[in-house]
Amino acid sequence: MKKTIFVLGLAVAFPLVMNALDQAFYIGFGARVLIYAMAAASLNLVLGYGGMVSFGHAAFFGAGAYVTGILAVEGLRSAWIAWPAAVAVAAAAALVIGALSLRTRGVYFIMITLAFAQMMYYVFVSLKAYGGDDGLSLPGRSTLGFGLELGDELTWYYVVLVLLAAVLYLLHRIVHSRFGRVIEAIRENETRAAATGYPVYGYKLACFVISGAIAGLAGALIANQSSYVGPGLLHWVQSGTLMIMVILGGVGRFWGAPIGAAVLLTLEETLSGSEALGQYALHWQLPVGVVLLVIVLYAPQGIAGLIAGRRRA
Amino acid sequence: MLRVEGLETAYGASQVLFGLSLEISEGEAVTLLGRNGMGKTTTVRSIMGLTRARAGAISFRGRRIEREAPDRIARAGIALVPEGRQIFPNLSVREHLVAFADNRAGRKDPWTPDKVFDLFENLGKRRDHMGNQLSGGEQQMLAIGRALVTNPHLLILDEATEGLAPLVREEIWRCLERLRAAGQTILVIDKYIERLVRLADRHTIIERGRVAWQGGSAELDADRGLWHRYLGV
Amino acid sequence: MLELRGLTKRFGGLLAVDQVDLAVKDGEIHALIGPNGAGKTTIIAQVSGSLDADAGEILFRGRDLTRLPQHARVKAGLARSFQITSIFRRFSVLDNLALAVQARSGSSLSFWRPVAGEKALFDEARAIADEVGLSRRLDLVAGNLAHGEQRALEVGLALATRPKLVLLDEPMAGMGPEESQRIIALIERIRARVTVLLVEHDMDAVFRLAERISVLVSGRVIASGAPQEIRANAEVRRAYLGDELAAG
Repeated sequence: MKKTIFVLGLAVAFPLVMNALDQAFYIGFGARVLIYAMAAASLNLVLGYGGMVSFGHAAFFGAGAYVTGILAVEGLRSAWIAWPAAVAVAAAAALVIGALSLRTRGVYFIMITLAFAQMMYYVFVSLKAYGGDDGLSLPGRSTLGFGLELGDELTWYYVVLVLLAAVLYLLHRIVHSRFGRVIEAIRENETRAAATGYPVYGYKLACFVISGAIAGLAGALIANQSSYVGPGLLHWVQSGTLMIMVILGGVGRFWGAPIGAAVLLTLEETLSGSEALGQYALHWQLPVGVVLLVIVLYAPQGIAGLIAGRRRA
Repeated sequence: MLRVEGLETAYGASQVLFGLSLEISEGEAVTLLGRNGMGKTTTVRSIMGLTRARAGAISFRGRRIEREAPDRIARAGIALVPEGRQIFPNLSVREHLVAFADNRAGRKDPWTPDKVFDLFENLGKRRDHMGNQLSGGEQQMLAIGRALVTNPHLLILDEATEGLAPLVREEIWRCLERLRAAGQTILVIDKYIERLVRLADRHTIIERGRVAWQGGSAELDADRGLWHRYLGV
Repeated sequence: MLELRGLTKRFGGLLAVDQVDLAVKDGEIHALIGPNGAGKTTIIAQVSGSLDADAGEILFRGRDLTRLPQHARVKAGLARSFQITSIFRRFSVLDNLALAVQARSGSSLSFWRPVAGEKALFDEARAIADEVGLSRRLDLVAGNLAHGEQRALEVGLALATRPKLVLLDEPMAGMGPEESQRIIALIERIRARVTVLLVEHDMDAVFRLAERISVLVSGRVIASGAPQEIRANAEVRRAYLGDELAAG
């Protein structure tokens, strides 16, 4: 509980501090971190708690973004319609992809989710009516009503924060519910879970759909963040980025995804723009790779695991 | 042949062996006895290099092996039939045996895959089945066969009769007796103590990671108090 | 309680279970013995529903289960234990058992209420732990239990789903004499409320516990009857028991 209040306080204070420091530019960066934290948290549900290594989570993230983008271009900018639509479409995509992929296991599951995501990537690349390769610029951010102007960076940041907090709370409830225990049990020992009386396939699919829906919401937000959607959002590199965030932060750790998103994006931001690195700043992924290597080798529970471990010791 | 001195082994923070010593001479059949959880399997794992000993010395045929990797120890001529079988699910029965066939002790009349099929008729019938298509008992036979075809100097069997039908169990005992008569050095862990008393020369009882008793078959057979106290019989 | 009619399973060219007829009566302990590879575990897998039947019928309390999925059979009152310990290794002992209890009490499609607050679930899990002798190990991670304790948990997981019939696949495997005694005592305690189909190679246990024994050889039942009859059966001696044990 203390940890939650601390993190929440930090997130609430962040834009105010940036404003005071005259670094308002970073408020947008902060919102991006929050959105990726949501997407990574959705992946952590299937990967960390469910033990399903989905290598195609960008498909749901991108689907949510494109639904928002296409609706906006067609003149439908209300968040009350666009965002639920994004969630619904992403959930439907997860239902179809999950229903087929979850018949396989291990490496096959990884490959088939990757293949589905790449298929969707190429669908959007060839969707000339909505920008194809070049993507799609949105006329502006969604409208929310209540006098809230999402175009204002500070308002936008707090709306995203409220949504992330709601999603994390939902995930927290799920993970500790009966359903969450069954999901973890299936990860631990699928054969035994089945013999104990759980229809394993159905539970995994439900978990996959919930995760896809949340990724869809994150997608709707990322479309708004930069008022742009492009097929790059569905590319497998995007799936890889989400996975790296989860691994960095801690697979199956509740705070793993937010920590991973914050650390990875901060590294990217500081290293790629670093003047000290000069021309080498282009290769900012290299030190990130080293960090990832160290984490995987010496802290398989990720940064969240390190923090928890230290506290216990 | 094998000398273990002052062996200490731990899994993380929990220490299992506390200065265990043990000696096996060429051609001897020796047992490790004791209740579950007392350190029998850990002793064997330490000898095999599968769990690194924290302290102590292990020498095998004059060579120190406590810091060596398991594959080198195996090639030096120790073969383990591990607890839990550890069969390769995607290798056929035949492949299991062919892949490990070797004559590490330089025997004149070495074990071959065909001889294993003579010993275990069932395995012969299933020679093209994959490891994961075998029943539990067949997997156990295969694990024994896999150790035999390496023709080791020292054969270690950790609960090798677990899950075997009485007739097959009897066959394994007879096979071990024949091996012993032929001069094979054997270290065996099993729960059928009456049978072990007949098979082996010497016995070591382990209690909480320490040697509680060592002695010959006649002494063990005579002292039922030992059975009761340390083996729960 | 359980009746198998012409149950058959083929793996490629191998006829693992060959038209098996078998009846387990209400309240009895029925042992299924036979040589390695005779098809005992395959039958358990077919009855519990993790393997399909190629032919034949599985009747449970008068109901045809043959085409029912595994989870529905658990709901109907069937549970199994595994020959190779199959537990939730990173869960605590209590969580292991609570999860199994949960499978039979109420819906698990509950996403919101914290399961930790469900007292009834954990009370029942504690009672099962007590029954299988693990009440002093509740908070220990199951993977850290000693081998014999893991085997006890294995049986506990099957019992926690409140079965009418429990299929025990070599529950004594890898146990020392005292641990075996404990499992025998446990099976004797539960016999009043649960019917047991027991696969086991420990003949002391089989002849002490079983009211009836069926002998499976190469996928076929070659004999079925009271322990004395089985012990005296020449074919059973030749195929499985050997002379030494049969005499004992």
